[in-house]
Amino acid sequence: MAKGKVTFNEDICKGCALCTTVCPVNIVTMDTSKINIKGFHPAAVVEMDKCIGCANCATICPDYVITVERF
Amino acid sequence: MAVVFQKTKGLTDKETHYCPGCTHGIIHRLVAEVLEELDVLGETIGVAPVGCSVLAYDYFNCDMHEASHGRAPAVATGIKRVLPDKVVFSYQGDGDLASIGTAEIVHVAHRGEKITTIFVNNAIYGMTGGQMAPTTLIGQRATTAPLGRTVEHSGMPLRVSEMLATIDGAAFVERVSVDTPANIRKAKKAIKEAFQCQIDRKGFSIVEVLSTCPTNWGMTPIDSIKWLQDNLIPYYPLGNLRRPEGVK
Amino acid sequence: MAKVLMKGNEAIGAAAIKAGCKYFFGYPITPQNELPEYMSREMPKVGGVFLQAESEVAAINMVYGASGAGARVMTSSSSPGIALKQEGITYIAGAELPCVIVNIVRGGPGLGGIQPAQSDYNQVTRGGGNGDYKLLVYAPANLQEMVDLMQEAFDAADFYRNPVMMVGDGMIGQMMEPIEFKDSVSRFELPEKDWATTGTKGQRKPNIINSLALDPAELEKHNIKLQKKYDAMKANEVRYETYNMENAEVVIVAYGTTSRIVRNAINDLKEQNINVGLIRPITLWPFPEKAFDEVPAACKSLLSVEMSMGQMVDDIKIASNGRWPVSFYGRAGGMIPTPEAVMEKVKELIGGAK
Repeated sequence: MAKGKVTFNEDICKGCALCTTVCPVNIVTMDTSKINIKGFHPAAVVEMDKCIGCANCATICPDYVITVERF
Repeated sequence: MAVVFQKTKGLTDKETHYCPGCTHGIIHRLVAEVLEELDVLGETIGVAPVGCSVLAYDYFNCDMHEASHGRAPAVATGIKRVLPDKVVFSYQGDGDLASIGTAEIVHVAHRGEKITTIFVNNAIYGMTGGQMAPTTLIGQRATTAPLGRTVEHSGMPLRVSEMLATIDGAAFVERVSVDTPANIRKAKKAIKEAFQCQIDRKGFSIVEVLSTCPTNWGMTPIDSIKWLQDNLIPYYPLGNLRRPEGVK
Repeated sequence: MAKVLMKGNEAIGAAAIKAGCKYFFGYPITPQNELPEYMSREMPKVGGVFLQAESEVAAINMVYGASGAGARVMTSSSSPGIALKQEGITYIAGAELPCVIVNIVRGGPGLGGIQPAQSDYNQVTRGGGNGDYKLLVYAPANLQEMVDLMQEAFDAADFYRNPVMMVGDGMIGQMMEPIEFKDSVSRFELPEKDWATTGTKGQRKPNIINSLALDPAELEKHNIKLQKKYDAMKANEVRYETYNMENAEVVIVAYGTTSRIVRNAINDLKEQNINVGLIRPITLWPFPEKAFDEVPAACKSLLSVEMSMGQMVDDIKIASNGRWPVSFYGRAGGMIPTPEAVMEKVKELIGGAK
């Protein structure tokens, strides 16, 4: 059971990918299947069940894209 | 389900203009969160001079002054002298503070002006497109140091925090970095301590924050973090250089 | 109100405090040093702040900050120091902030000298900073007038939300004259400074003091707004004085202490039945163009007398619009024109003595 959940405000993301480098369970990726309103691939998490809610991704995000919840 | 991380009320809803991966955005967040947590947002006036962060008046959710290049500490002094009970900060880049604004930053420290300065050091002029700054490293290329900075031509990079830490009026001086979540959390702690130092009227406080500039360094955001770790941190060591007595 | 004998520079300080100025940021430079010195003594007594900045550049930026925080604030300097403040002044005008700047003019260019001069005329009337902005510029001829104008200066600055400059020369700053500090009622309706950055207290949107507008359409709109302000100043703030104008053969234009020397020359010439008039601008900007409608038909020529190399001549030509020839007599570098020399020049203009 996931301990945490992250939501991405996709259209704000600038595709910098810093969040993908700090996830302890390596579940943050860049969603290359789509482009957001700014023309970037937004960051995303597919395997949400592995999220531990540590907020590392949100901590390093320069654009406040990520909201983190913990159960 | 508890929200453990969300955008702070210390920032407006306006999306920033900063380049993808530029860590200005992180530093803005840390300052804004600290102001919110200290519950002083409504009592704060910020000053952002010319530089990439000149548009910070659109992002910080408090009263703001835009200031001319290098003069934010003087503007902040004017505000603080009129409103001594308010929280006043300046948010400046290295091209601004370490070059044209050197006299102003030295003198707010010298006067022990009770303001807080957030000094973003990315070793380059960002807004104007990548010129060499006083903090540019030896060998680092810039549009005005095309073959890389040399000691011969323009001396050694300037360590501002060490310089200011020799001034008694500088009650709190710390250099931090926003390259990893752990360092970001430490940076926030230092920023909070700096604002607390102001609120406790101990004197001038400054936090130098090592920051990236992917666009003008010519690297990806991820490589920029790596470059910062391998090059900036060794030359600009992290840590506290000065703290008011009796405060551990 | 009793009269008190005071030195010009100190009288400015006393008048500013009386006008409600609570903040002074300055820097040492001759010949205005007595003003910051006075403020360093007197401001603490009225709960105000005197701060000596690290430079004139810092001082004007402290004024920018203090004014943006809603304070009545001033700075003072002299010529080269005023040159250093120009960027700050255009920022203050661009951000629509009120303040008073005192310039005790000394001989130039460059380091120049420390004796009285009027050689900053172009800088103060044309604006020494970048962009389309103007300063309301007062040029008092004596200490009483200067003291009275200080109250006006702060009120006008607040009303127009624009920097106002008080121009004296070394003499005005250094001489002593009996002065009366009158209570005056402001002729301006001064609104609350709800635009000031005093902290939102969570009750309003943030106030922003700013002169940046990257969007050219926005910046143009802002310029048009500022221009309306300057047009209003032209319409309402022009001040001048005339003297002995009826059937004057020559009309001299002179301001500040030079106008007092010219007055003596006019009186002496009258005894030699040579009739000369005086137009004395009190505001250098807006320049009193309508004063030239009072020049009598008998007048054959206009003469600008200045302590400079003739910086006001152009404005006189513009205002007189070709109706009379315009000539110039002046001393520079701190030399003071004498009444005799002015009389000589007048006689030269009207083709020898009568």
